[in-house]
Amino acid sequence: MTKIQLTVDGASVSDDVEPRMLLVQYLREKLGKTGTVIGCDTSNCGACTVHLDGTSVKSCNVLAVQADGRTVTTIEGLADTAEGELHPVQESFRECHGLQCGFCTPGMIMQAVDLLGENPNPTEEEVRLGMEGNLCRCTGYHNIVKSVLHAAEGAKA
Amino acid sequence: MIPVQFDYLAPTSVEEALAALGQHGDDAKILAGGQSLLPVLRMRLNAPEVVIDLGGISSLRGIRDDGDALVIGAMTTHHDVRDDSLVKEHALLLSKAAAEVADSQIRHRGTFGGALAHADPAGDLGAPALALGAQFVIAGPGGSRTVDAADFFVDLFETAIGDDEILTEVRIPKHTGWGAHYEKFVRVAHQWPIVAVAATVRGSIDEARVGLTNMGSTPLRATATEQALAGASATEDGVREASQLAAEGTNPPSDLNGAADYRQHLARVLTGRAVLKAAGA
Repeated sequence: MTKIQLTVDGASVSDDVEPRMLLVQYLREKLGKTGTVIGCDTSNCGACTVHLDGTSVKSCNVLAVQADGRTVTTIEGLADTAEGELHPVQESFRECHGLQCGFCTPGMIMQAVDLLGENPNPTEEEVRLGMEGNLCRCTGYHNIVKSVLHAAEGAKA
Repeated sequence: MIPVQFDYLAPTSVEEALAALGQHGDDAKILAGGQSLLPVLRMRLNAPEVVIDLGGISSLRGIRDDGDALVIGAMTTHHDVRDDSLVKEHALLLSKAAAEVADSQIRHRGTFGGALAHADPAGDLGAPALALGAQFVIAGPGGSRTVDAADFFVDLFETAIGDDEILTEVRIPKHTGWGAHYEKFVRVAHQWPIVAVAATVRGSIDEARVGLTNMGSTPLRATATEQALAGASATEDGVREASQLAAEGTNPPSDLNGAADYRQHLARVLTGRAVLKAAGA
């Protein structure tokens, strides 16, 4: 077992974990943060995307021990949900109907937030390329792209 | 899918990492960014007893100017290679190729040195490194040695790095002002290329370097094409003959994505595109 200490969604946490434990397992099974989901388990689909020190990563492809001393933000920590608030990108996905079954949505939103942080005013093509590591099996992506572009518009207003 | 249990070591210096490697030998595996290693561990295609994580060695990260070369730390991420202003100025081809590695999330974690040491023939960085004449600095128990790109890639997933050695940095001879393009042909987004071509040219066209991805068990240089491009005009007609030579001496795999002769056809077509885009045509 290896001792790790990190910040997850604003809270400091510390645990003894097996080195082989994946970050996504740690978030879901140890911390109960099941908002982050496991889609493909092969690092293809991006459903497990979280932010590690502010940049998007696939949490099925990071060991929990590699997050020691770092800061993780999951879909559950994006907005102050206790106050009933949504992050502007979450709001935009709701407004533009950027989901059907919703399974890919946590990862989509976390990647969209990263993308807009790096490029606040993307073209449609830049959104499609920037989201290439996230797979959706329902929507055909059109409303997801619309949601990201809408969020960018909203941030300008 | 959960990896087999292993012990985890997180050295904070290259010396410590080498000592750990010396102690555990064949039972140990080096963890760089983990974007290739973790899938392998999860699928249990490999089950090392010890994983040595280089993530805590800050001296292995970063890019510096060293006179006639850039020096890229092995643990520098693809994201940072893509965006680095020195790389854009002196080795634009690497910036273009790094931008095409997998997807955004993978580029945030995956490392330049890790990808090159992994030596997947379908990896995106071997061909540009070879085309630019990269030199690989490898640390071992007896000190450091430097290996030319032509000798670094040995075979499928096999490099000149010994069992007791670690790739620490890669020297890239400056190609200041050279145009560049990485033309990648994929079946679906964010996947490995079926074939890709890395091209960088001086002028239009005084001199050219062309590397091929996934056209053999290692990255390859299209030397006949390079020679034919010297003095060619940067037009479709001007590069046609040189592009036709791109598959010479290649031995591409046949798999579900395409037969070997299909890949050779792709190499010729993509070389034409890559060279023209590199020349700004």
